[in-house]
Amino acid sequence: MARTALRGRLTWQVATVASVTRETASVVTIELDPPHWPGHRAGQHLDVRLTAEDGYTAEREYSIASAPGEPVAITVERLEDGEVSPYLTGELRAGDELEMRGPVGGYFVWEPGDGGPLLLLAGGSGIVPLRSIMRHRRRTGSDAPAYLLYSSRSWEDVIYRDELGQYHDGVQVSYTLTRGHPAGWAGHTGRIDQALLTQVAWPAEANPLAYICGPTSFVETAAAGLVGLGYQPERVKTERFGGTGGH
Amino acid sequence: MDAVDGNAIGGLLIDVFGTDMTAASSTCATCGASRPVAELVVYRQAPGTVVRCRTCGSVLMVFVRAHGAIGTDLTGLASLSQPGSA
Amino acid sequence: MSPVSRGFRQLHRAPVGQESRVPPGQYVTEGFPVLSVGPTPHTPLEKWTFSITQWGQAKKSWTWQEFRALPAEAITSYIHYVTHWSKLGTEWRRVSLDTLLDQAGYDAPYVMAFCDGGYTTNLPIADVTGGQAWVAFGYDGGPLEAEHGGPLRLLVPHLYFWKSAKWVRGLDLREVAEPGFSETKGYHMYGDPWREQRYAGD
Repeated sequence: MARTALRGRLTWQVATVASVTRETASVVTIELDPPHWPGHRAGQHLDVRLTAEDGYTAEREYSIASAPGEPVAITVERLEDGEVSPYLTGELRAGDELEMRGPVGGYFVWEPGDGGPLLLLAGGSGIVPLRSIMRHRRRTGSDAPAYLLYSSRSWEDVIYRDELGQYHDGVQVSYTLTRGHPAGWAGHTGRIDQALLTQVAWPAEANPLAYICGPTSFVETAAAGLVGLGYQPERVKTERFGGTGGH
Repeated sequence: MDAVDGNAIGGLLIDVFGTDMTAASSTCATCGASRPVAELVVYRQAPGTVVRCRTCGSVLMVFVRAHGAIGTDLTGLASLSQPGSA
Repeated sequence: MSPVSRGFRQLHRAPVGQESRVPPGQYVTEGFPVLSVGPTPHTPLEKWTFSITQWGQAKKSWTWQEFRALPAEAITSYIHYVTHWSKLGTEWRRVSLDTLLDQAGYDAPYVMAFCDGGYTTNLPIADVTGGQAWVAFGYDGGPLEAEHGGPLRLLVPHLYFWKSAKWVRGLDLREVAEPGFSETKGYHMYGDPWREQRYAGD
């Protein structure tokens, strides 16, 4: 069994697509059924590889959206000039094969033993690994308080909207919308900045553990902001997606 | 194209080192700064993959896939150590 | 053996009649990929110079004003990335390296291009003279954007595009062929896309 687990983690394998579920106009969640899945940790990702008939290949990384113990799933946002994401969000369907490798990542992970209080900052599709963390926290009965601040272009672009609305005990979820908001919007607007972080973040004295994920510029601004609030750099974990998509 | 960080090359590092290296501690040979590999600055398709120190910008690692192998240049690194390793 | 991904099509083929312009192993892109080994530098133009150097000295230097007074032309070239992308019909405003090298005078078989940010790339003098190489300051009708190498980049379309060094600040005349940044990391010393010279040993 250990040998199987090792092979599953380090080598490419061909998974069957169990389902493709639309989350927003440009985002889908793909549930996969890999032949050898060793399980994963909240926050990890998968590598995905596509091969065209002429042998051309393209590889990308996608954060795992499901919690440890749930069927492995990734959430993919269609990028305007993307090469892989239009295929995954527009063409792929249940029953197709998808070559993948994983789980990958030993840094941007959370386990109940890591405690909190947790500050989760999501920029656009950066919500994906944070949702895995939030689900894991709930499934394990962790009492670490958690605050999620999710930056998105618009309310229609918020991924997992219904699910996020159902967190209560020990979890606060707030949003900042950067390119437009519904009438009567009571949440935040504009990009995350020092002022907003000062308002919502756990105080540094609480020794919080922060996870920031999203486009590079979002992560840099947010991480600098938390360090500016006195957060210990070793307790500010970052994952940059590159580009400017999603927030 | 924005730089990403060491999280994005987790798979590549498994190919090179045989294990996950994103949580490993890296030390820059130029300025001495230490941080997890996940927090290093990564330029993909440089061509090749170029990994730089977030403090001083020096090149720490360069990976080039060629001829079925991965050319690995680590001359900018002073050290790499896995957490919890003996 | 990786399975073919159903419905994943590599759509990027050469336009009809242009197939002979695309080297082997390349796909055509409409985009303009940004390939960088490091952050985009920003040297103020009032401090910027381009130099032809040898033995640690500048044989000739141009300020931005002096450089922009040189004869320039707008020409369309095809460019070929080692990452398997070719881009057809790129229009550059450029100054011929023949102009710069002739003004400086040169007597060396090789050059090493040096750039803001520290990137270097090596070329034979025979490949940067005779109307084969330029320095480009304009792209597609406008100034060359910083992320694409502005204010000035090398342009050597007959070799893989890593030789067309971004943010170029000069050429150092060399007696011996020494590898530049990419070449020391495993890329081919010469880089002819028509012979698929991507990596050392190709």
